[in-house]
Amino acid sequence: MIHTNKLTKTFTVKKETVEAVKGVDIDVAPGELVAFLGPNGAGKSTTLRMLTTLLKPTSGSATVAGVDVAKDPAGVRARIGYIGQGNGGGHSYRVIDELIMQGRFYGMNTTDAKARAQTLMASLDLSDLAKRTVIKLSGGQRRRMDVALGLMHSPGLLFLDEPSTGMDPQNRANLWEHIMRMREEHGTTIVLTTHYMDEADSMSERVIVIDHGTIIADDTASRLKANLAGDLLAVEVAAGSASDVRGLLGRAAAEGDMEENAYDGVVRFRLRLAQGAQLAPGLLKEMHDAGAPAQSLELKPPTLDDVFLELTGRSLREGAEV
Amino acid sequence: MIEQAVAPGAALQKRGPRSVVTDTWFVFWREMLLPLRDPFSLIFSLIQPLVFLGLFGPLLGSAVGAPAFGGQSTLQWFLPGVVVMIALFGTSMTGSNLQYELMTGSYERILATPLSRSSLMIGRALKEWAPLVLQGLLISVVCIPFGFIFHPLHVVLGLVILGIFGIGLGALSYALALVSQNKEWIFWGVQQTLLFPLMILSGIMLPIEAGPGWMKVASLFNPLTYLVNAERELFAGRIGMDTMWGLVAAVVTAAVGLVVGIRTISRNTN
Repeated sequence: MIHTNKLTKTFTVKKETVEAVKGVDIDVAPGELVAFLGPNGAGKSTTLRMLTTLLKPTSGSATVAGVDVAKDPAGVRARIGYIGQGNGGGHSYRVIDELIMQGRFYGMNTTDAKARAQTLMASLDLSDLAKRTVIKLSGGQRRRMDVALGLMHSPGLLFLDEPSTGMDPQNRANLWEHIMRMREEHGTTIVLTTHYMDEADSMSERVIVIDHGTIIADDTASRLKANLAGDLLAVEVAAGSASDVRGLLGRAAAEGDMEENAYDGVVRFRLRLAQGAQLAPGLLKEMHDAGAPAQSLELKPPTLDDVFLELTGRSLREGAEV
Repeated sequence: MIEQAVAPGAALQKRGPRSVVTDTWFVFWREMLLPLRDPFSLIFSLIQPLVFLGLFGPLLGSAVGAPAFGGQSTLQWFLPGVVVMIALFGTSMTGSNLQYELMTGSYERILATPLSRSSLMIGRALKEWAPLVLQGLLISVVCIPFGFIFHPLHVVLGLVILGIFGIGLGALSYALALVSQNKEWIFWGVQQTLLFPLMILSGIMLPIEAGPGWMKVASLFNPLTYLVNAERELFAGRIGMDTMWGLVAAVVTAAVGLVVGIRTISRNTN
């Protein structure tokens, strides 16, 4: 569905050249749900805007829905749907008018466009707002309208740029419900950008981590976490027997990376285990056999933030808020 | 529940031939929804030229004197000028409505649709021109009791020529709005700074023949001059060389405007 070859975008800001996207290679198969994850300014949106023909690549090539973005941008636009970061509805327009015009822009006839608009408004709880002007809608209502605009022509490939930014949890959940249902029913291929790692984690099958304009990881969320981060294990032993297990735990820790703090007569070891759930029981037995039974244990599955931290040495959370 | 009114991709298969004409119609129609949903703005736009004609016309006659009008009545001379002026003000504002859409995501949303780039500009420019058809016909009819001789077909041809000119000016205004994005004052600064010299140097308000020689020379390089002359000829019920030159000026303006506009749009996007 998408194939890029060394796709690159450089901007010139105040006579300085900034490489926003540095030769990325992306392949997306039909029906996939892919999230571009990365901090603000990582190049996610720039990549998305090149794929949707809103930005001209500086070099490299991209084929989207079987069409080359440089050779036939209008052909690409006819085959995709795009929901941008901003609100798509014109301020002074009525919701229903904008939806119907959007359908017309994509070549639907008025009858089909009207029917489709009604269906989408019903499913996105916008029916009561059909004749309201966009400027009178709340933020969440506007975002739902953006989704309706993007779905009007039932695109087989849908791009969403930060779809849930600024939405409350309830509306975020609703939005995802709609997107997931559309995908289930029509096999729509979906590509989105997000800086919410929990969103990338729970919703996408495949996560492409982008930082400083390059792809630094590309896999399923669960494999990324298992391979790159591992579970976080915290065990406590009596202070007197810490030395009996320090070596044992250090060898088990991924890359030998382990922290320890002593307090109230216990020593707390914190380490990453590649497959914590499988390894922890054996480790407990070994500790017991070494004469230092664990007094408490905590095992935390990794998050994508841990993955990002492992890859870049920085937390995604620091760069997450604008 | 998202159900499918049409099968996925069906919209693509059903599509008729895409053309700049149908795309322009869609863009024009979306723009027209604003005044149609809120007709008060149209009523005001009809009153405005009448006020101008009623208050400025009498002053003009007594201040300048009849010989400068080439033997026509003041009204016959001034009315086509007012029509050109409305066209000038209207279509040079094309970019200002775009500015609002640039600030939200609505321009980008439309840019991501398969609409052709030229239709985005032409459709918007024509929306600014459309009220002129009503305005032009209305003030012509209103002026009949005051000695204005109304030649309907000539007036309609005059409005068409203004429409062609308006597409060019509208496209330039569109490009200006894109270039001055995030710096809205630049748009207004440039628009106002250019508008008034162009207007005065075309003889819309006062006959350029009454001015010094350098003004007459400068007016020859102003496309608007040819347009105003053409409209005067047409409103007087004649079709001659002035009309021809007016048409040429309109077509050249449209061509230049569209080239500049399309280049500006595609400088960044595809």
